[in-house]
This record gives sequence, C-alpha cells and structure tokens, in this order.
Amino acid sequence: MSKPDTSSSAPLLEVHGLRKQFGDHVVLHDLNLVVPRGRLLTILGKSGTGKSVLLKCLAGVLAPDAGEVLFEGRPLGTADAPTLAAFRRRCSYLFQGNALLDSLSAWDNVALPLEQATLLPKPEIRARVRDALRRLELEADAARYPSQMSGGMQKRLALARALVTRPEIVLFDEPTAGLDPIRRNAVFTMIAHSQREFGFTAVVVTHDLPEALAASDRVALLVDGTLCFEGAPAEFQASASPAVAAVRDSASHLAGQIAAIRRGEPVPADLA
Amino acid sequence: MLSATGRSTLRIVGELGDFARFTARGFTSAIGSRRLGRRLTRAVYEQGVRCLPVILIVGTFTGLVLGLQGYHTLKGFGSASLLGPLVANSLVRELAPVLAALMIVGQAGSALTAELGIQRNSEQIDALETMGIDPHGFLVAPRLLAALIVYPMMTSFFALIGLVGGWVSGSVLLPLPGSVYWSSVYRSINPEDVAQCIVKALVFGGLTIALCCYNGFTAHRRSTTTGARAVSASTTRAVVFSSISVLAADYLITSLLV
Repeated sequence: MSKPDTSSSAPLLEVHGLRKQFGDHVVLHDLNLVVPRGRLLTILGKSGTGKSVLLKCLAGVLAPDAGEVLFEGRPLGTADAPTLAAFRRRCSYLFQGNALLDSLSAWDNVALPLEQATLLPKPEIRARVRDALRRLELEADAARYPSQMSGGMQKRLALARALVTRPEIVLFDEPTAGLDPIRRNAVFTMIAHSQREFGFTAVVVTHDLPEALAASDRVALLVDGTLCFEGAPAEFQASASPAVAAVRDSASHLAGQIAAIRRGEPVPADLA
Repeated sequence: MLSATGRSTLRIVGELGDFARFTARGFTSAIGSRRLGRRLTRAVYEQGVRCLPVILIVGTFTGLVLGLQGYHTLKGFGSASLLGPLVANSLVRELAPVLAALMIVGQAGSALTAELGIQRNSEQIDALETMGIDPHGFLVAPRLLAALIVYPMMTSFFALIGLVGGWVSGSVLLPLPGSVYWSSVYRSINPEDVAQCIVKALVFGGLTIALCCYNGFTAHRRSTTTGARAVSASTTRAVVFSSISVLAADYLITSLLV
C-alpha cells in the first residue's frame, strides 16, 4: 500500500473563522485550526461542545455558517463538484456509530467505496478488500453482516472501510465510544499503528484523555465551541490554562469529590 | 392569522419544490450510478415479488365482489350478460391501477421509507456522502426505476386476477355462461383503456415511490420528533400522502384522458 506524500510542510486542512449554529444555538464560534500533514491530531472536549460538528464541517458533511475549511489551501465551501469529489476520494470518515450499511456483508461494506467511487478493475478491488480485511483480522468474517458482529468487530470493519481507499486524511468521530478499557486501548493502538504504517493524516475526536495523549502528535481542546488549546501532548500536560487543567485533572477531581461525598460533605453545586 | 397562513403556504410550497427537485435528482442520478443492476434487481424484488401475494388476494376478492354486485344489479335490468364489460372496465380503467398502487405502497413503500429513515438516523446516508457516493443514485434511483417496471406489471396482474374473480362469481357461483362472460370481456377492452391503465400505473409508481423515498430520506428534518419516532412519523406520512396522491392523480389523469 503506497503512503501519501507527507514531505510537504503545508497543512492539509485548515479552518479559518469557522462558525456553525443550529437555530439560535451557536455550536462553533469563529474557530481557527490547522491540521498538520501526516500527523495525528486529537480534539478533546466535553460532550456537546461541538467536536463532532467540527469534524463534520472538516469532512464537508455540514456547511459552515461563516468562515471556511481549506483543503491544501483551497476552500471546500466554494469548490466545484469535481474538486469536492477529489477531496472525498482522499478523505475518509469513521463515524461514531460506525455507519456500516446493514444490508451489505462485511466484504461488500469494505468494497463499497471502491466499487462506487473509483474506476479500479474488479481484481484490484478484490485484492484491496482482502488486504484490508486481513490487516484488521476480519478475513474469516467477510460474509457476515454488521448485525452479526460484536461492537469491536464493527469498529474494525468501519476502520477497514475507511482505510481501503488509501486516504490521505482520516477523520475519527469518537472511535472508542462505548468500548471497555481494553478495547479502547486496542482501537487507539490500531489507529496509531495504521497512521504510522499508511502515513495518513488523522483527526480524532475523543473523550479518552490518557489514550489520546499517548497516541497523538498534537492535541486541541474545545470548550463551548471555542478552541482553548492547541499544541503537543507535552505542552498540554504542562499547560497552566484553567480550561486545560479542568480536563487534565478531572480524574483527580473525581477522586477528591468522591472522598468528600463519603466524608458527608455537601455535593458540589455543578454536580447536584 | 394571516401571517400564520402565509408561513404555512410558504412551507408547503417550499416542500413541494424540494420534493420535485428530489424526484428529478433521483431519476437523473441513475445515469452516473455504478453497478445499478444489482440494486435495481433487489428493488424489483421488494416492490414486485414480495407484493405478489397481497395483489393476488386483493385482486381476487375485488373481482369476486364486482362479479357478485354487478350480476345482481344488471340482472334487475335484464342485462346480466353485460357483467363482463362491467368488471373489465371497472378493473382496467380504475380499480386495478388504484388498488395495486395502494397495496404496493402499504407493503413495499412503507418498508422502504422506514429503511431509508433508519439509514438517515444511523448516519449511513452521511457515510455514503463522505465516501464520494451519491446517496440519490445509490438509494433512490434504483427504487424509482423499479417502480416504473413493477407498477405496470402488478397492475396488469391485478386486472387479470380480478377478471378471473369476476368469472368465478358470475359463471361458477352464479348462472352466467362462461363463454358469454369472456367474449364480452374481450370485446369491451380497447387499446385506449389499456394505455390509460398503463399511464396511470407509471404515474402512480413514480409518484408514490418518490414520496416514500423523500419521506425516509428527510426523516431527520421532522421538526416535531427525532429518532425512532421520526422514522415512524415519516412512514405514516409517506403512506398517507402516497394514498391521497394516488386518488388525486387518478382523478386528474381520468379527467384528461376520458
């Protein structure tokens, strides 16, 4: 499998002044973000803070109300159909709920983007699908349907489908949601390993702080639709920002709060 | 009051425009859609083969009732021999296209609305877009094309079964000679009636399956409900609107062609 060209230093994706609202509720406020080429960027933040909306704007599934998303310096919002189609061929999206087509077998799910969106000959498609399933240890389950698979297998199948087109950028929306700690580690290892092996640029939205800090090259923190931090994991660990500290130290806060509750002290106002 | 009426009117006109664009895109996207054959075959199976039993049952009983009622009514005028033309014209001109369409909507249309609604809710349609696959070409086009194939076939089947039902009533259960029934049926059906029947079947097919696809595809846009309730509301809406549109279109086509 050929690796995407990561020698260029120009960012693959950029977000300038992005604003997105649903009705009167503004989800993203004038957001600026650079996704460096060939790196794994993790976006952290509480639920409902706009992480998935940001990812969908990056993928072109949602149109921003203001600002723009640039792919290799060219705005996606004003792109013509062929440019948008070219972007889609180079970008993959792993949905939180996997979004596998339940009427198709595992094989057909993985083959789908190649059969429908490329002009590859059938033998090449078969070879690529077999290779993707083998890499994710799903070769024996090719004939099974998503509903006949466990959550972890479905996640691997969705990853196989996302990687089979050999994308240059992969967007992961909470890939470990609902998984146990062992599976969480396995999925992050799989993402980091695939990213190193295939050289794609990855953007991962997650709540799992330890795994994200271990696997990422860059970390961004969203708070109420605003970017509060962007930097290397080591910088995140050392940051004195209260917003960063609140996320970073949440585990120790929890231990303190539980101890206080056991001592009979009043429940903190934000939990009551 | 006036502004509320204006808002409702604008919303309805907007939705009609949206539906027209959706339908046009559904048909045109078939042109560039790859490997359409397999999906078209599946859609023909779902709208056609799976609806055969219900068409068979409803067609038989429609013919039986027409034969029974028609025989006793015509006998009162001394014209029982006209049972064949009565059954044939009722079926070919009106009942076969309308009832076959309503049965297919109830069986296959509701199922496809629910399927598309669930695919919308579980982000499968968004996933197709992110893979560079046109969801209209992938999901809507084969179903619309299948409707144009299936509806005329199922309507013809309904009419044939209905004619047999009329013969059973009139000539097997009642004393009208079978030769009189079939010869008068043969004489009464003219090419214009058959053409009208096929035109109706094509229009009803395109209209109802487009309505069912549209309601499933836009299940996420139901402002009052979300999730499973949105799928349920969309399915109900699809069946009700399709049924009304069949009857309205039937009147319109009949008034134009008669």
